[in-house]
Amino acid sequence: MHELSLCQAIADTVSERAEGQRVDRVEVRIGHFRQVVPDSLLFSWELITDGTELAGCELVIDHVPAVISCQACGQESTLDMPILLCTGCQSSDVRLVSGEELLIASIDRTGERVS
Amino acid sequence: MGRFHRHTDGSVHEHDHRDVGDHTGYTQTGTERVSVLENILAENDRIADRNRADFAGAGVTTVNLMSSPGAGKTSLLKRTITSLEGRLRLGILEGDIATSLDADELGGLGAPVSLVNTSAGFGGECHLDATMVRSGLGRLPLDQLDLLIIENVGNLVCPAEFDVGQHARAMVYAITEGEEKPLKYPVMFHACEVVVVNKLDLLAHLDFDLDHFLANLRTVNPTARVIQLSARSGEGMAEWCDWLVEIRDRTAVAGAAGAHPRPHNAALTG
Ligand SMILES: Nc1nc2c(ncn2[C@@H]2O[C@H](COP(=O)(O)OP(=O)(O)OP(=O)(O)O)[C@@H](O)[C@H]2O)c(=O)[nH]1
Ligand SMILES: [Mg+2]
Ligand SMILES: [Zn+2]
Repeated sequence: MHELSLCQAIADTVSERAEGQRVDRVEVRIGHFRQVVPDSLLFSWELITDGTELAGCELVIDHVPAVISCQACGQESTLDMPILLCTGCQSSDVRLVSGEELLIASIDRTGERVS
Repeated sequence: MGRFHRHTDGSVHEHDHRDVGDHTGYTQTGTERVSVLENILAENDRIADRNRADFAGAGVTTVNLMSSPGAGKTSLLKRTITSLEGRLRLGILEGDIATSLDADELGGLGAPVSLVNTSAGFGGECHLDATMVRSGLGRLPLDQLDLLIIENVGNLVCPAEFDVGQHARAMVYAITEGEEKPLKYPVMFHACEVVVVNKLDLLAHLDFDLDHFLANLRTVNPTARVIQLSARSGEGMAEWCDWLVEIRDRTAVAGAAGAHPRPHNAALTG
């Protein structure tokens, strides 16, 4: 759904950082709690980049698990649902360690000039 | 970390390997891997900050109202316009995919209404983003308003992902939607400070288990304020309006004490 908007934003940033060079790989980091469907993001990426300087550029998605750390008992738990309770002691005094990432991690610039 | 990418034959694979030359550096082919580490929604968040600054400058409190399609946002707003008369000066920004039906329905009731058709924004058919909201602000007399309510596009997924510069997120849930909705769309239910439970007039006609719904809601959002309401009969409107006045007072005090703190981008902690 909003994956198209995300891909447009990714393409804009990548073009800025490309410094006129061809980019053949983009790696993004998506947290488990971000509502992104990988298939849908990859499909949108093809749509968005088609006919542009980024056509054929590979999008690689790193899925980051959602992890909380319990302030009460110290245990780390990996969550499926955003129910912020320690799976060890049920405490709600937890800190979200990862799972909300929505980052462009890196781009591969080939050195070939495209603009 | 699981990895996904699409092969040229169109198939999608998940890999669990680490590539060589993981972050910054040169690969054998002379390709340079450049670390970026920028939030994908950074540009949206910059515009959201500008919206927030404009709201603060005009002294207007903004509520982002979300729901699934047809849960009753427009019906609630119609009653809200008349109920708040004399208490708060209300303005409405109406996000609609392609029509002006909702904006037409709300027009002429005494509150300024600005329509934003989201299909004009590329790929934005399913939500309002900060830029779309910004495009509709010029048609509202912000300086003369106390409260701005944004009717987002009916959708339980995408709107929760976009900060538009609001002070609070609220949602309308209709009891016709079934008890499991909070578990199916936990991010949306988690992101909202208020959940209006609407269409309560239909309770006698449905086999809807309100307690079961509330228990599901509590698991994903233990602190949400629940307002049981019927936009049809008007039951519960007083409590909804009291909350609007309360959030207005709360942000006005915070505004007087200094700039509004910028909430975290993500819906979960935002
Ligand atoms: N019985 C009953 N019907 C309601 C109530 N609130 C809204 N409706 C009906 O539900 C339908 C949808 O209501 P809207 O107010 O248009 O819902 P919405 O959330 O604005 O819909 P979209 O903008 O299309 O997502 C209409 O037919 C309303 O009359 C209510 O409290 N009780
Ligand atoms: Mg509506
Ligand atoms: Zn614990």
